[in-house]
Amino acid sequence: MNAPAPSAVALKNVARRFVTPSGDVLSALEDFDLSIAPGEFMAVVGPTGCGKSTTLGLIAGLARPQGGEVTLFDAPVTGVDRRVGFVFQQDAVFPWRDVLGNVMAGPLFRGVPKDKAEATARDWIIRVGLKGFEHHHPHQLSGGMRKRVALAQTFINNPQVLLMDEPFSALDVQTRELMQEELLQLWAQAKSAVLFVTHDLDEAILLADRVAVLTTRPARVKSVHTIDLPRPRDVATLRYDERFIAIARKISDDLREEVLRARAGH
Amino acid sequence: MTETTVTAPLAADGRIETAVQRLRRHQRLVLVLRLAVLVFLIGGWEFGVRLGVIDPFFFGQPSGIVTKLIDWTENGTSIGPLWKQIWVTIYEAGAGFLIGSAMGILCGIALGRNQLLSDVFSIYIKVANSIPRVVLGSIFIVALGLGAASKIALAVVMVFFVVFANAFQGVREADKNLIANARILGASNWQMTRAVVLPSALSWILASLHVSFGFALVGAIVGEFLGAREGMGLLIATAQGSFDSNGVFAAMIVIAIVALLAEWILTMIENRLLTWRPDTTVNE
Repeated sequence: MNAPAPSAVALKNVARRFVTPSGDVLSALEDFDLSIAPGEFMAVVGPTGCGKSTTLGLIAGLARPQGGEVTLFDAPVTGVDRRVGFVFQQDAVFPWRDVLGNVMAGPLFRGVPKDKAEATARDWIIRVGLKGFEHHHPHQLSGGMRKRVALAQTFINNPQVLLMDEPFSALDVQTRELMQEELLQLWAQAKSAVLFVTHDLDEAILLADRVAVLTTRPARVKSVHTIDLPRPRDVATLRYDERFIAIARKISDDLREEVLRARAGH
Repeated sequence: MTETTVTAPLAADGRIETAVQRLRRHQRLVLVLRLAVLVFLIGGWEFGVRLGVIDPFFFGQPSGIVTKLIDWTENGTSIGPLWKQIWVTIYEAGAGFLIGSAMGILCGIALGRNQLLSDVFSIYIKVANSIPRVVLGSIFIVALGLGAASKIALAVVMVFFVVFANAFQGVREADKNLIANARILGASNWQMTRAVVLPSALSWILASLHVSFGFALVGAIVGEFLGAREGMGLLIATAQGSFDSNGVFAAMIVIAIVALLAEWILTMIENRLLTWRPDTTVNE
């Protein structure tokens, strides 16, 4: 609190409440404090339905908080910001566009000339390993390949802040591991600040610099754990490392407490 | 486990072969049965007339209808050449269809995208939609005269509401994730409409176009019934006036052929526009 360090994303005392159809006020977030440094990989874990996605929506500018302040690089969020990228849990690639059209959508929306956007998009398609699939439509691709399209679509805009909402939760275990590997490589080059929401604690520890555990609804940050595992990390073997196991045990005690409380409350 | 996977492809091949054969045999059977039903119905009708069970004065006669059609194509109808009548009706229905669906799509998207517009106008659209629209035909004839304009206006009104309702619904059903994604990727409101909302509403809109060409045809023909100088509707009205049941049926067949052709063209356009969709139609 004393020396204000530069932050890519900061939430201070944020509250987000919904009015339910029956007229009750449902509080998703209360007194929510979280700060992410530029280039930092932050993972957020918490019980299901605790308001993790709500947090991302606030940072992305898709929703407004009822209290507190959300800032991007120390300026308040007033709407959708060009420096932000978002990877969704469900498929959010455009089904009527082929891979190339999907990847070049961002630059085109942002006014980049078509030939330049296409050249950049082709480059990104190669980078995520989809060369040869430029003219395939999403329904012709596997779930993992669609996620690669989503990653290329997001990274092509050079986001300084990358928000990820359980992006790999729908994938099978093997594909998920590959995608985690891929994400770490892309992130190492892009150097963006990442806020990665997941319910999978192992995933959080494997990927992140710090892991924040949330409480049940209304969500607060219960604890933040620094993951001092060296990089580059090998996703496939790291989970059998003793240091990994020690960290996982510590955080999972924290998390289990909240999951149990969430279950008791419902 | 491994052994079954080694032998499985061979066994599957044989099974696929027979499955294809079975499918083909099934299709042939369906075709034969369809023809049988047609022959039975038409034949029954014809024989019914010849045996005196069905009165051809009221219900016509298949051979009489065919003779009528030949007569019309060779010598023209009582109100002029057959082709002219067909063309007039196609022109009226087609123009009404194009104008009505364009208006429906525009209004549907505008109201679907703008909450205030939709709150203000939804009530009027509901009211207008509850009026039996064919009744408006009389007003159009009075206001726009006996020419094509009144029939086009009626066809427009018939088409508009169907297309509007579907376009509106299609816009409202657009995937929230896709919209959020496009917004974050940097789409402006107009880009959003073009790149996300319109394509996702397209399958809804195309579905309504299938139905609404039929409505446009109804609009044009009813308009011609009510008052016209030419067209298939007038041809039917004239045949009715002279108690010519065969003439009514003959005109009906011509109209059915026009409708089927339009349906075929629309299906082609639809397949063209929706290539990105996974193949769901396996039959036929």
